[in-house]
Parts: sequence; structure tokens; C-alpha cells
Amino acid sequence: MAQIFHPSFNTLSKVSIFGAVFFLGAAVFAWDSLLRSSYNTQVDVAREQPVPFSHKHHVQGLGLDCRFCHTSVEESAFAGIPPTKTCMGCHSLVWKDAPILEPVRESYRSDRPIEWTRVHDLPDFAYFDHSIHVAKGIGCTTCHGQVNEMPLMWRTETLNMDWCLACHRNPSANVRPRERVFDVDWDPASLTDEERAGLAAQYHLKSMLNCSTCHR
Amino acid sequence: MHDQPRFEPLERTTLFADGRASRPRVPGTIARGERVYDAHLVEGKVDGALATTFPMPITAEVLARGRQRYDIFCSACHDRAGTGEGLVVKRGLKQPPSFHVERLRQAPPGYVYDVITRGFGAMYDLSDKLAPADRWAIVAYVRALQRSQNASLADVSAAVRERLLAEAKK
Ligand code: HEC
Ligand code: HEC
Ligand code: HEC
Ligand code: HEC
Ligand code: HEC
Ligand code: HEC
Repeated sequence: MAQIFHPSFNTLSKVSIFGAVFFLGAAVFAWDSLLRSSYNTQVDVAREQPVPFSHKHHVQGLGLDCRFCHTSVEESAFAGIPPTKTCMGCHSLVWKDAPILEPVRESYRSDRPIEWTRVHDLPDFAYFDHSIHVAKGIGCTTCHGQVNEMPLMWRTETLNMDWCLACHRNPSANVRPRERVFDVDWDPASLTDEERAGLAAQYHLKSMLNCSTCHR
Repeated sequence: MHDQPRFEPLERTTLFADGRASRPRVPGTIARGERVYDAHLVEGKVDGALATTFPMPITAEVLARGRQRYDIFCSACHDRAGTGEGLVVKRGLKQPPSFHVERLRQAPPGYVYDVITRGFGAMYDLSDKLAPADRWAIVAYVRALQRSQNASLADVSAAVRERLLAEAKK
């Protein structure tokens, strides 16, 4: 009886075994890259909003403090999104007939909130709290980037668990004086390592890695 | 798991006609843990008239808090010195009066509190952003600003006076 497998199949089988390993590796790599790509994490992708609200103009241009609009960021888990009334405090007089502000005026007239598209949204099984981060000297720009240069809001961080943990392992690397938390021009390089260690001691910074810190 | 059957703040709901899961406050109600009602503190009024006194003692901490809150919530329009030339005014907002005009210097603390709480003319109220204690702290700081524009050498302590005089000579 003639051989079913031609001798060349020896090489072919070796190549395909190796190939399968290689293929699987490539697939895992591709999947991982996809998970970390900006397509999936939405990092650096500006979101469309019902009104093209610009942090660049309002924060950089007018010098408004974050707390003028994100009022609850110091006391609660939720930073707060300003009600339409906050916009109207100025826009009932400034740019009061501009067509791009019509949705704002409509919202005020009808008492229906503007539906902003969320930019940062953790899954519900992860717990995040702004107040503790603010109180412990972690600044807005550390996690949200230079919002003062954003004409529309985008994410600068993945918000993945490994990102949270990277800081929670060694929070003192990102600490700044409490009174500079809202300062968009803060330069992390302006503190020496000793000064940072000093602040970390003063604020009693702990490394919180317990799963139940964020999954409760 | 990613979206669990509970509402996050400001999430959408079909339960209410206006779609808001975070319900606006029912007028005339007091939340748990909120101060027992105190007309002087909350309304800025004593026996129905604008308060002429503060509901709490004015300490250095109160002034520091007032300064911080003033810079966040008022300076965009009234500017940091209270002269009414904030950046927004330069972009077309109606110019507010300076806090240093005689009429406002003579106004009782309850008056400024009332403007923050209920608004005035073109100025919207800021009661949803500032708790009563913070409003009073701002009033105290506005008082300090007014004083600062009309201070004399006799107002400062002897040590500071000497330093100022030395600086003036230079
Ligand atoms: C004039 C009001 C105003 C000021 C001042 C302001 N913001 Fe905002 N912010 C908004 C509004 C309105 C939105 C929702 C629309 C959007 O996402 O752009 C928003 C959205 C955001 C978001 C994204 C929220 C989400 O959907 O995940 C972040 C982060 C943020 N702001 C940070 C800041 C920081 C940091 C500062 C201070 C440097 C600041 N903001 C100052 C009004 C303001
Ligand atoms: C403290 C006053 C103030 C508040 C509060 C404010 N704005 Fe503005 N806004 C301005 C001024 C002043 C301009 C004109 C900017 C310029 O000339 O550079 C402006 C411009 C705009 C524009 C025109 C495009 C641009 O960015 O130049 C939009 C849209 C806008 N604002 C939306 C909003 C929304 C939405 C809110 C509420 C979340 C809001 N603003 C709150 C003062 C304010
Ligand atoms: C340690 C990182 C971190 C810091 C510091 C931080 N944020 Fe956030 N912020 C987040 C995360 C994570 C979310 C998404 C929260 C969620 O989905 O529950 C978020 C969400 C927001 C939102 C949307 C509303 C909300 O609360 O979900 C706003 C507005 C905001 N941040 C503003 C600010 C401002 C202003 C500061 C500075 C005082 C600040 N953040 C500091 C991580 C941070
Ligand atoms: C840049 C640094 C930094 C990043 C990024 C960061 N954290 Fe934190 N986080 C801190 C610090 C500092 C503390 C305070 C630790 C302490 O109590 O000393 C803290 C505390 C917390 C707490 C404890 C709150 C409490 O009441 O016990 C939670 C929950 C938390 N972080 C969640 C998160 C989550 C979720 C993320 C990612 C989305 C995150 N953090 C990202 C620095 C950070
Ligand atoms: C500092 C906060 C923090 C701590 C501590 C933490 N996690 Fe997470 N974890 C997160 C966040 C935020 C996410 C969501 C990331 C995302 O957007 O997918 C997450 C996601 C996860 C997921 C993925 C779920 C999914 O569907 O993708 C698992 C599993 C998980 N965490 C388990 C753990 C375990 C086990 C521990 C303890 C060893 C732990 N976490 C500690 C913040 C934390
Ligand atoms: C959005 C801009 C804006 C902000 C923010 C603002 N104001 Fe005003 N304010 C005005 C304008 C405009 C007027 C003049 C109103 C008029 O005459 O119609 C005014 C008037 C006043 C007056 C004078 C009332 C009178 O009798 O003439 C006082 C006092 C005052 N504001 C206090 C404050 C305090 C305190 C804050 C901060 C908590 C504040 N304002 C925040 C715009 C603003």
C-alpha cells in the first residue's frame, strides 16, 4: 500500500505546529492591542456634545475654577455636572442670541436638562470617589489631562484597573499641595522627591490595593 | 455587570416624565442632617428685616474660606478686588457696581447675603452652589475687601506699620 503521507508532510506538520503557536500568540497580541487601542478605550477621542461646550474657552479664556461648575467634587464621590441655570447666569447676557446656544436656552425654558454625553464612565462594579482624591492632594489634571486646552472633552487615561493600581501602589509619586489640586498649570516636576515624601507623610497617604477598596 | 440596575447620579430614567433619575428638591423641604431651621443663617433675615449682624463669629478661618469661595464664585464677574471688572464683563456681561461705592459700603451684611441667595437684577442667585455658611463667609470677605480699599495706617498693627513705612520710603 502506498504511503498516505508524502515525506514533505513531515515539514508541513512541524511548520503548522509552530505556526499554530505563533498564530495564537499573534491573535492574543492583536486582541490585547485592540483592548488597549483608542478605539476601545476612547483615549484622546473627543466626544460630540449637544452643545459644543469648550473647557478651553471657559477655563483658560475666562479663568473659571472647576468648582464653579463641578460644585460637589470636594464633598462627594460625584464631581457634578452644572445645571443649565449655571450656563444661563452668563449666557442670558453673553452670546445671548447665538444659534449654537439654542439647546441651552431651550433647556432652560422647558426645564429639561441638557443630555451631555459621558466621557468618563466606569463600569458599575467599580467604585470611584472624587472627594478622597481631592482631599489627599491628587489634582484634576493628573487624571483628566490638560482640560484647559480641550475645545471638546476627551479622555487622556484608559481608566483601566491597571491604571488605578499603578497610582495606588505608589500614590506619593502624584501628590501635590492641596491648594494646587485645581490648578491646571501645575507642573509635577516642580517638587523634589523629598518634598513629595513630605506631603505624603503630612496627608497620611496610604497605598490602597485591597480589592474591596474599589469593588464593594 | 457593567450597567447594574441602580441609578448613578444624573442617569436617565423612564420612571419620571422629565427623564431625571436624580430628583430635583421638593420646595420647602429640609434634607436629613441639615441644620435645624434658623432664619438668620438661612434667610439672612432677623424678624423679617435684612440682618445687620452675622449669624456666626468671624474668625481668620471664616475669612480664608470666604476668600477662597469668593475667588471661585464671584471673581469671574466682580474681579478679585470687587471693582466689577471681571473677565466675563470684558466679554459683554452687564457691568456690576463696584463693592466700594458708598451705597454698598453702607448696606448691611444681610443685603449681600440676600443678593447671593435670591439674585439681583441681571445677576442669577448662587444658592444652589453655596451652602448658607459659605455665603456668610463670602459676605465677611466682601466686608474685608471694602475695608481694604478704605484702610488707613492706623488700622494695622505697629509692626506692620513700621514695615509699610520703611517700604514707602524706598
Ligand atoms: C463653565 C462650567 C465649567 C467649568 C468651569 C468646568 N467644567 Fe468641566 N464640564 C462642564 C460641562 C458642561 C461638562 C459636560 C460636557 C462635556 O463633557 O464637555 C463638563 C465635563 C467635564 C468632564 C468630563 C465629564 C464626563 O462626561 O466624564 C471633566 C473630566 C471635566 N469637565 C473636568 C473639568 C475640570 C478639571 C475643570 C477645571 C479645570 C472644569 N471641568 C471646569 C462645565 C464646566
Ligand atoms: C462665567 C460666565 C460663563 C458661564 C457660567 C458659561 N459661559 Fe459659555 N461663554 C462665556 C463667554 C464670556 C463666552 C465667549 C467666549 C469668548 O469670547 O472667548 C462663552 C462662549 C460659549 C460658547 C460659544 C463657543 C465658545 O466656546 O466660544 C458656548 C457653546 C458656551 N459658552 C456654552 C456654555 C455652556 C453650555 C455653559 C454651561 C455649562 C456655559 N457656556 C457657561 C461665559 C460663560
Ligand atoms: C484619581 C483620578 C481622578 C482625579 C484626581 C479626578 N478625577 Fe474626575 N473622574 C475620574 C474617574 C475615574 C471618573 C469616572 C467616574 C465614574 O464613572 O464613576 C471621573 C469623572 C469625572 C466627571 C464626570 C462626573 C462624575 O463624577 O462621574 C467630572 C465632571 C470630573 N471627573 C471632574 C473632575 C475634577 C473637576 C477634578 C479635580 C478636582 C477631578 N475630576 C479629579 C478620575 C479622577
Ligand atoms: C494619581 C493617583 C491615583 C489614581 C490614578 C487613582 N487613585 Fe484612588 N486613591 C489615590 C489616593 C492618594 C487615595 C487615598 C489613599 C489614602 O487614603 O491615603 C485613593 C483612594 C481611593 C479610594 C478610597 C476611598 C475611600 O473612601 O476609602 C477609592 C475607592 C479609589 N481611590 C478608587 C480609585 C479608582 C477606581 C481609580 C481608577 C479609576 C483610582 N482610584 C485611581 C490615588 C489615585
Ligand atoms: C484602585 C481600584 C481597584 C482595585 C484596588 C481593584 N480593582 Fe478591579 N477594577 C477596577 C476598575 C476601575 C475596573 C474596571 C476597568 C474597566 O473599565 O474595565 C476593574 C475591573 C476588574 C475586573 C474585570 C471585570 C471585567 O468585566 O472586565 C476584575 C475581575 C477585577 N477588577 C478584580 C479585582 C480584584 C480581584 C482585585 C483585588 C486583587 C481588584 N480588582 C482590585 C478598580 C480596582
Ligand atoms: C455671572 C456673573 C456674576 C457672578 C458670578 C456674580 N455676580 Fe454679583 N452681580 C453681577 C451683575 C451683572 C450685577 C449687577 C446686576 C444688575 O444691576 O442688574 C451684580 C450685582 C451684585 C451686587 C450689587 C447689588 C446692588 O445692589 O447693586 C452684589 C452685592 C453682588 N453682585 C454680589 C455678588 C457675590 C457676593 C457673588 C459671589 C457669590 C456674585 N455677586 C457673583 C454679576 C455676577
